[in-house]
Amino acid sequence: MGTEFAVALVMGIGTIAPGLAIGMMVSKGLEAIGRNPEAASKIQTNMILGVAFAEAIAIYALVVALILKFV
Amino acid sequence: MAAVGPHISISAERIFSVGPLHVTNSIITSLVVSGLLILFAVWVRMSLRKTNRPTGIQNFAEWMVESLTGLVHSVTNNKARTELFFPTIATFFLVIISNNWFGLLPGVGTIMVSGEGEKAEEIVFAPSNIVIKNPVPVVYASELEVDNAQVAPETENALEQGVVNDIEAAATAHLDTDTTEHSELVPLFRAGTADLNMTIALGILSVGLTQYYGFTYLSFGYFKKYINFSSPIDFMVGVLEIVLEFAKIISFAFRLFGNIFAGEVLLAVIGFLVAVIAPMPFYGLELFVGFIQALVFSMLSVVLFNMATISHDEH
Repeated sequence: MGTEFAVALVMGIGTIAPGLAIGMMVSKGLEAIGRNPEAASKIQTNMILGVAFAEAIAIYALVVALILKFV
Repeated sequence: MAAVGPHISISAERIFSVGPLHVTNSIITSLVVSGLLILFAVWVRMSLRKTNRPTGIQNFAEWMVESLTGLVHSVTNNKARTELFFPTIATFFLVIISNNWFGLLPGVGTIMVSGEGEKAEEIVFAPSNIVIKNPVPVVYASELEVDNAQVAPETENALEQGVVNDIEAAATAHLDTDTTEHSELVPLFRAGTADLNMTIALGILSVGLTQYYGFTYLSFGYFKKYINFSSPIDFMVGVLEIVLEFAKIISFAFRLFGNIFAGEVLLAVIGFLVAVIAPMPFYGLELFVGFIQALVFSMLSVVLFNMATISHDEH
């Protein structure tokens, strides 16, 4: 029950929501591409942008975990 | 640490100091990258020719400018605004992507030099090798005794003698070691964007320019967004907007720093576990992440710039 545990908790809890968000975004994006394959490149760009924003939240958790671990 | 595991440091390390300025490995890398970008610009300028069929470096530069203009224009949909925002956005994109990718070159993070560390936080007594971490002006004999017993099991008489000597040594040694700096091996290069100072600077620049562009387009009407007494709800929304601007700086800074630093840690750990073949797909991933983060930063900046220049009455 020390720093290691805190690091594990930060990563474990902190990545749930971004994981769900990325899953939702990609599933909707793929649906949209399936419905309108001509717009694939445009949808993909915007999807990757959205994924990057959701991923950023997981990255915040990672930064906190790294600070706990190495500082 | 360097001998037992991969070298991971969350902050950039000092290589040398010029007066009060501490030159860290990230500063060195950023300067190198900036120099390369300037050289590239000069090279492109020298080889520009008036032609309908550009080749070589001119073709590449024109492709870059064209794609970035397209990126900005896809958000603004307005020629005047595209021309106003393009230089800033293109600079953001090029600086961030070259800093991100420079960190993946071999030699970055692996060439070690002895840097200027933090001020010594431990005192080592020469005769008995006793180490006191984070020395305080007061030295208790009991602490020394414990340390002494662990480090060098001696007879009690000698121990007491040692403690007395150590206290005397501590009194003098403390004054000496207060100003000394112990050096350790640190990487000569570290990706510029893997330093929080750099990303916070970029974030402040982006948010500051948002205010500037908003002010140039809407003059004092822009600040109605923040301070608005027309209704209590609008006032509270204004307060939230002010908080949001600071949140944006933090969000910009940590998104970029986190992604690039996490990538460095990932590569260091994978490279430490399996030295060959295994890190290759992760380098591909980091190339992609570096590009995406540069794209996200510039895209978000241009969206914010554009939103700041549109007054509330228009939309």
